[in-house]
Amino acid sequence: MNPQRTAWLFLAPALVVLGVFFLLPVLAALALSLTDYDLYALANIHNLRFVALGNYWELLHRPLFWAALGHTVYFVALGVPLSMGASLGAAMLLNSPLATAKPFFRTALFAPVVTTVVATAVIWRYLFNTKYGMANYLLGLVDIHPVDWLGDPHWAMPTIIAFAVWKNFGYNMIIFLAGLQAIPPDLYEAARIDGASPWRQFRHITLPMLKPTMLMVGILTVSGYFQLFAEPYVMTEGGPLQSTVSVLYLMYDEGFKWWNLGSASAVAFLLFVIMFAVTVLMLKLSQRGDQT
Amino acid sequence: MSPRLAKALINGLLIGVAAVALFPLLWMLSVSFMAPGAASTLPPPLLPRHASWDNYRELFVHAGMGRYLINSLLVAGAITVLSVVFNLLAGYAFAKLRFAGRERLFQALLGALVIPAQVAMLPLFLLLKYMGLVNSYAGVVVPALATVFGIFLVRQYARGIPDELLEAARIDGASESRIFVQIVLPLLKPIVVTLAIFTFLAAWNDFMWPLIVLTGQEHYTLPIGLASLAREHSQDSELMMAGSVVTVLPVLLLFLSMQRYYLEGLLLGSVKG
Repeated sequence: MNPQRTAWLFLAPALVVLGVFFLLPVLAALALSLTDYDLYALANIHNLRFVALGNYWELLHRPLFWAALGHTVYFVALGVPLSMGASLGAAMLLNSPLATAKPFFRTALFAPVVTTVVATAVIWRYLFNTKYGMANYLLGLVDIHPVDWLGDPHWAMPTIIAFAVWKNFGYNMIIFLAGLQAIPPDLYEAARIDGASPWRQFRHITLPMLKPTMLMVGILTVSGYFQLFAEPYVMTEGGPLQSTVSVLYLMYDEGFKWWNLGSASAVAFLLFVIMFAVTVLMLKLSQRGDQT
Repeated sequence: MSPRLAKALINGLLIGVAAVALFPLLWMLSVSFMAPGAASTLPPPLLPRHASWDNYRELFVHAGMGRYLINSLLVAGAITVLSVVFNLLAGYAFAKLRFAGRERLFQALLGALVIPAQVAMLPLFLLLKYMGLVNSYAGVVVPALATVFGIFLVRQYARGIPDELLEAARIDGASESRIFVQIVLPLLKPIVVTLAIFTFLAAWNDFMWPLIVLTGQEHYTLPIGLASLAREHSQDSELMMAGSVVTVLPVLLLFLSMQRYYLEGLLLGSVKG
């Protein structure tokens, strides 16, 4: 058998799966978003009508879409820096020559990453229970009034952000740790001889040397955080007062609760466009930073 | 700062962070053994007064958790075995077999990584509905049978296999499938283990797609079962914690026993090349 045919034979199963169950649906989503595919079309395809950009137009006039986008952006804007800061901080602690029992600590800090979101969200919902939760009990010890963490529209999203940071920081920590270990030790040696303080070493050696890692981790984390769904689904069901409805939550409700599949596809596409734009912007900004 | 103080500070901080990371998990375990209602008291009890397996019995006898556990094992197991095979074949082909348009096709696949999976979900649901696969194990398994990430990981690793080795086998008259099974596969063993762990963990923890495609309770995986249980029994903290233990423990144990492979794979996957 000639090598070309072997190659295609080896590729066929994976390419068929990706083509039929990913690329084809992505293209179909674009087409779907231009129709009014709903419960009636689901029952009988002849009820399907082409509405061009109607779904998009309607979405842009819906307060709930803007609210969902606002919540998602809030989650990303606060969650990503906190999450990356925690990751970098933990990685630097683990990388310190003074740290002991490194394998134990590395495993302990990574443990939340491999756990199931739903299960840990259930745990957090209990820890942040207004009446019996550990969080309010501890606050009570220092005479702070109980906070209705998941029942107060102002606190629900910050609580979800705290949960997400706890759940995810270990992942980027490992990547940062590898990045830190790749920095040549003699750079720090030279800086110490020149009398540079730890803070200056961090600013002028660690941060610049980590920049490529930082950019990659940043892009991955941002796109991951834009896909917020399971946390509000389990912890708050989008409430209170829809304060934790994210864009994907809206897509899920629109599509699989109300069966407006056309309009839900438009939501999915808008999210994709936004994520893509943010990624491009991050790349552009980092390049500009290189030139100066 | 004196070195001894610095050492105490760093290790103290590490202990603090580790406590924050582990506390919710340890408490989940502890509360899961408490009697109904025991966890809803003040101050929150750290350890059960009378430890019992009652919550677990309740979960498996009345709440159908055994069924969900088997479903999760079936679905995640099938996804792992099949997708590892599919990704291995494709990743090896991209790394070592020559064919027209190879680089361009691979670049196109990598490009597809920017598209979030959720964009495909709505038409995918319709597609599976017309294929009669909604609310079936196959509906969960089939879309996960190949991943760009998996192909990428295998390709990265397989590029390290020397071409001379494969050429020598070809000159000796070995068929391509024989070369793959007898020469390539043993060399790829570490990445097979890594990929299998990654895939199993991801499949086990997946929530959104199974939630969409599994409409009947009899097919629920653990995360879906737990989420629906949490909506019905939101007040039974002890029962919920036991349910969380059942959902989390298998993946945590798998990770603990195989963490070397998992962490290596994480780094391999995060370095683009």
